[in-house]
Amino acid sequence: MLSQTLQYLFSGLTNGAIYALSALGFSLIYNASGVINFAQGEFIMLGGVAAVLLTSAGVPLPLAILLAVLMVAVVGLLLEKFAIEPAGDADVVSLIIITIGASIFLQGVAQVVFGKGQRALAPFTGDAPIVIAGASLLPQSLWMIGTGAVIVLVLAWFFGRTRLGKAMLATAHNRLAARLVGINTRHVLALSFVISAALGAIAGVVSAPITLTSYDVGIMVGLKGFVAATLGGLGSGVGAVVGGLILGLMEALAAGYISSAYKDAVPFALIILILFFMPRGLFGARVTERV
Amino acid sequence: MSKFMLRMTGIALAAFALSPGAHAQAPIKIGSPLAVTGGASFLGDPELKTLQLYIEKINGEGGVLGRKLELVSYDDGGAPDKAIGFTKRLIEEDKVDIIVGGSTTGATMAMVPLVEKAGIPFISLAGAVVIIEPVKKWVFKTPHTDRMAAEKVFEDMKKRGLTKIGLLSENSGFGQSGKKEALAVAGKYGIQIVAEEMYGPKDADVTTQLTKIKNTAGVQAIFVFGFGSGPAVVTKNIGQLGITLPHYESHGVASEEYIKLSGKAAEGVRLPAAALLVAEVLPNSDPQKPVVMGYSKTYKDRYKQDVSTFGGHAYDGLMIAVAAFKRAGSTDPAKVRDAIEQTRGFIGTGGVVNMSATDHMGLDLSAFRMLEIRNGTWTLAK
Repeated sequence: MLSQTLQYLFSGLTNGAIYALSALGFSLIYNASGVINFAQGEFIMLGGVAAVLLTSAGVPLPLAILLAVLMVAVVGLLLEKFAIEPAGDADVVSLIIITIGASIFLQGVAQVVFGKGQRALAPFTGDAPIVIAGASLLPQSLWMIGTGAVIVLVLAWFFGRTRLGKAMLATAHNRLAARLVGINTRHVLALSFVISAALGAIAGVVSAPITLTSYDVGIMVGLKGFVAATLGGLGSGVGAVVGGLILGLMEALAAGYISSAYKDAVPFALIILILFFMPRGLFGARVTERV
Repeated sequence: MSKFMLRMTGIALAAFALSPGAHAQAPIKIGSPLAVTGGASFLGDPELKTLQLYIEKINGEGGVLGRKLELVSYDDGGAPDKAIGFTKRLIEEDKVDIIVGGSTTGATMAMVPLVEKAGIPFISLAGAVVIIEPVKKWVFKTPHTDRMAAEKVFEDMKKRGLTKIGLLSENSGFGQSGKKEALAVAGKYGIQIVAEEMYGPKDADVTTQLTKIKNTAGVQAIFVFGFGSGPAVVTKNIGQLGITLPHYESHGVASEEYIKLSGKAAEGVRLPAAALLVAEVLPNSDPQKPVVMGYSKTYKDRYKQDVSTFGGHAYDGLMIAVAAFKRAGSTDPAKVRDAIEQTRGFIGTGGVVNMSATDHMGLDLSAFRMLEIRNGTWTLAK
């Protein structure tokens, strides 16, 4: 009985870690621009796909990961330069719609370049499961959770301690005021896309051994990541991770103790409840609009 | 007088137009709405390629009834509303002689009322049983059904004395249709489904569902009904949890990809598959061997891609249509329809087809081979 519950928790942690990594990217761009970037799932997909292509071309794994992250960061920059920036001072909703278009475009390109097939990346440290009290967990799940934790720490340092990070926060808060104090808001927006693309790529590479990878893997991961980010409070790094883990755990427990037919419905129903009482999520900033 | 002359000319022209001499020049038109792009493009893409390839080949060999074949194909993206529009156009403007197409069950079912009303023979390339049950006068299909896949699995379980099983199905169209059919036919084989779980096609971990199945009292085997990467994740999780129960998959995973993605965990997995995918391991005595080897080679030579069963369905549809034109000796829709219904002993990529007035698919369980994965490759299960 204990091992059964423990297995549900492990299953929830594995899924939750993927949602958390995805949620972090959403939070970052939201922080810098107020935009929900629906192409975030595609960054994750591209990271995994690029790593698989590189390793199958004989590039050693660490180098492949580095190159994959760099390549996707460039894609993030191009996306901002050629899709977001030309839109100029369009409102946030228009920008969000542009990201949806970009997401469909990236998927199409990946489908042509990568094909419609599925591929798997080799696990970083073998696939022998770690057995604890009769329940088992793959080492790759620990990699995902660890990566998520490191990213949260780095982001906290970046936004709290560096000039650039503070400039990004200022831009998000009030673009005009930020410009007035000498922040180049264009660069800030471009940078936020580069960082979150790189972050998505890292998430994609770390989760690829478990989720497998294909041109359409980003849709679901992106959607669940968005939900996790909203649950945790958009813009909060800790919130993204906690939101992701809660979502994963709720799914697993719902599947285990209620019914796997309703495993997707139960957490979503709970999220509606949480957001009803805490509209800005668990860790969202309490913002009051001044009229 | 002049009026009389005009009328005579009219009659003469009409007679000329109806004479076989004039028709000999006109091609036989094959209409084909297919899901070439979009989510179901893995169906429509190989189907279109197959039709183009073989129509070119048949024309190169002189055509059918002394006439060339002409393919009129539209991309419906798998969407029923588009399929309706294109089918109308095929019937009313292109005036096709037969329709071979309809990649998805949704598109096919949307097309059915139109072809039934117009009286045009229609060979569908989609999977579900509803297309041919109840029998519709003008509608036929070539792919095997998910019910047959479930029956093939249960037949094998019965042989091995496995009666209590856990069913894990994907919450996709393919998985849920498969689950419905599996539940419907389990009783016929004395199989009792003691645990029933579901998973999402993009879930990264399904150890929860598998733990529940494993801990169900009396469970003797696991049957997974899914498509694409989902079953590979399930298979890896079965390996991770160290579950040793006999493991069955559906025909949805019958691709090299599945073995590659699942790795060692795929050892010993059994599944039903069409002969086309295992052309090489078929014994030489198998009647389907020459057909599937021939199609595989032709397709691979031309497109440098692996064959899929879906392209095979299009091949079967086209060949059944061509044979029917020849038997009917004309393109008269009613005669062609009757000729399709009289298809007997046709050996296609999907199996040996024996149609009748009550069976517009004509395949039996022998269309599927029970395979077992041994040493990372397919073997015929004993």
